[in-house]
Amino acid sequence: MKLNRKDILGIQELSVEEINLILDTADSFIEISTREIKKVPTLRGKTIINLFYEASTRTRTSFEIAGKRLSADTINISASTSSVVKGETLIDTAKNLEAMNPDVIVIRHSAAGAPHMLAGLLRQSIINAGDGAHEHPTQALLDMMTIRAKKGGIAGLKVAIVGDIAHSRVARSNIHGLTKMGAAVFVAGPATMIPRDIEKMGVVVHTRIEEAIREADIIMMLRIQTEREKQNLFPSLREYAQYFSLNRKNIGLARKDVLVMHPGPMNRGVEISPDIADGPHSIILDQVTNGVAVRMALLYLLTGGNS
Amino acid sequence: MNLLLKGGRVVDPFRKADGVGYLMIENGKIAGSGRELHRAGKGGGKGAPPDMEVLDLRGKIVVPGLIDMHTHLREPGFEYKETIASGSEAAVSGGFTSIACMPNTNPVNDNRSVTEFIRRKSAECGLANVYPIATISRKSEGKRLSEFWDLKDAGAVGFSDDGKPVMNAALMRRALEYASSLSMPIIAHCEDRNLSADGMMHEGFVSTEIGLPGIPGVAEDVMVARDILLAEFTGAPLHIAHVSTAGAVRLIREAKARGVRVTAETAPHYFTLTDEAVRTFDTATKVYPPLRGAEDRAAIREGLRDGTIDVIASDHAPHARTDKEVEFDYAASGLTGLETSLALSLRLVEEGILTLPDLIEKMTVNAARILRIPKGTLADGADADITVIDPEREWTVDRELFRSRGKNTPFHNWTLKGKAVLTIVGGGIRCRDC
Repeated sequence: MKLNRKDILGIQELSVEEINLILDTADSFIEISTREIKKVPTLRGKTIINLFYEASTRTRTSFEIAGKRLSADTINISASTSSVVKGETLIDTAKNLEAMNPDVIVIRHSAAGAPHMLAGLLRQSIINAGDGAHEHPTQALLDMMTIRAKKGGIAGLKVAIVGDIAHSRVARSNIHGLTKMGAAVFVAGPATMIPRDIEKMGVVVHTRIEEAIREADIIMMLRIQTEREKQNLFPSLREYAQYFSLNRKNIGLARKDVLVMHPGPMNRGVEISPDIADGPHSIILDQVTNGVAVRMALLYLLTGGNS
Repeated sequence: MNLLLKGGRVVDPFRKADGVGYLMIENGKIAGSGRELHRAGKGGGKGAPPDMEVLDLRGKIVVPGLIDMHTHLREPGFEYKETIASGSEAAVSGGFTSIACMPNTNPVNDNRSVTEFIRRKSAECGLANVYPIATISRKSEGKRLSEFWDLKDAGAVGFSDDGKPVMNAALMRRALEYASSLSMPIIAHCEDRNLSADGMMHEGFVSTEIGLPGIPGVAEDVMVARDILLAEFTGAPLHIAHVSTAGAVRLIREAKARGVRVTAETAPHYFTLTDEAVRTFDTATKVYPPLRGAEDRAAIREGLRDGTIDVIASDHAPHARTDKEVEFDYAASGLTGLETSLALSLRLVEEGILTLPDLIEKMTVNAARILRIPKGTLADGADADITVIDPEREWTVDRELFRSRGKNTPFHNWTLKGKAVLTIVGGGIRCRDC
């Protein structure tokens, strides 16, 4: 089976079949990263540009490693070193890159919709590596891959997503993906961080973490950005940590075999206590490992590979 | 040149006239109208005088020259977006004989020189009548009043810090009081900047899904409520610009019912589109106030129907390609409206929300009354500002054919019905078969 689309812009437009295809392909790539020689010639001669307009360690490195393990040539451009600082528009930058004939352009941008704009203009495949508070499809795919691997499936699971839902592209992409795959999704956070009409996306809304994580199979904690305090979305980090963190006390409300996830970077002691982050329920580093495989799968499928 | 327009349906809401008949124009003024020409004194029963051009307008609608009381002509300062000349061409092309232009130019229109410049420039163009609106506050900074008397004497017809809401309630109070002593309207851009903050679209399900920061409807509502209370307290007339929310419509309806001197306008995009249009991240859909939810659009339509909303104005906001061909976050807000406003508004008639005379009233005499300009009627002796509409003409919006420099429209490639085919200003044909 082939992935019949030029770009990966979001989970919203992916079908269940497409998600399964990507996850199956990713599963088959996992083994490459465990070899002594972690490289296959699959994408030799292909060029992948990572165009990052926002700071990123995990995602950018993950894409770069994914490309290199498939023998593609990968180039990283970050906003501070590009012509953006000279005032060039995104469209001009992208058209210049297009003129050098890469095969895939991976873009992260603080503006929602920026990857969509490029997808409409360029003949290359575009992968959205995070656009504003809109979508982060590769994160949701690696999360679903990790859940599937650990739980044997996604359908029927109770997943709680806790934190700043309003500003989280990870939450949006996961809500799209997990509900499509048949999970029951619960979101929780202070009412200031729950965006309007989110329940229309098929989730149950709570304003207390305790209610959301009760009997949960999976708990996904979201990073709290400290600047939200200035916008009065919460009074203080101290209070947030007290009432919305996942800790040894409240994790007991979830199922005994609950798995704890976090897209990173973590604020230890704010949204998640260190003993939970490092504890037996945590699969946070498995997420990172699987991220490489998911990105390998996408690069492979978008450049014409079969599953 | 003298003109005889005959055979068209003449609709003049000011006189409550509506019927097939003729209209005679002599020396730039309306010289008579009626059902049949021989009843008119000037025709003498022998038909048109020999020096008259006679236009057969069977199947067409003849209305007072349309008035758009909310446009941005960008000159001085932003000529790369629009000029008084290109904006005037867009106006007459869209069927508008009179337009009012907002003061957010560079320099802003907060002084006699800029007002006079706009008047002189537009007179040189000789197309549409252009009425400058001056700022409420100096530099539109929201701190100190502009010189209202001097601006009025220079030709300003109202005051607005359009685009920059007057956040200081005390300043708004004094502006209303001072302007009312001049019989001049305050035109309020109602938006609480703290609530709208860094929002880029309507806050609702669509913004939640696509992750763009939202502007809640209540950001408009609280300012509409405040300004209505200030108008009630001062007894001064208040005009609310570009109403976009159900809450604002309700507040204005209630205020009118208890006798507050408040009038209101909305723009075609608010009764045509919803926030669903933003899903494509097309920057042509970025506008302040933002395209709202379906329930807001329904309320705007009801407000038009029941008379809560007095005026349709386009909020014509032309921008250059460079302002719009960027990420949604960085795109300028506003859309160009003069050349689509009439056809989009005629859809309200097609859909049975407004009668044709009601629609024409909202696009002519109501705006004239608010701005106190001697326009908006086909009565004998009035300036011969006339728009002839072909209600059956189907056309496809092509932004490249706009006379406006601003090609920023979300209606590109829409097929619309109804078009101005003749625009007459002061007795002169300014646009024929436009």
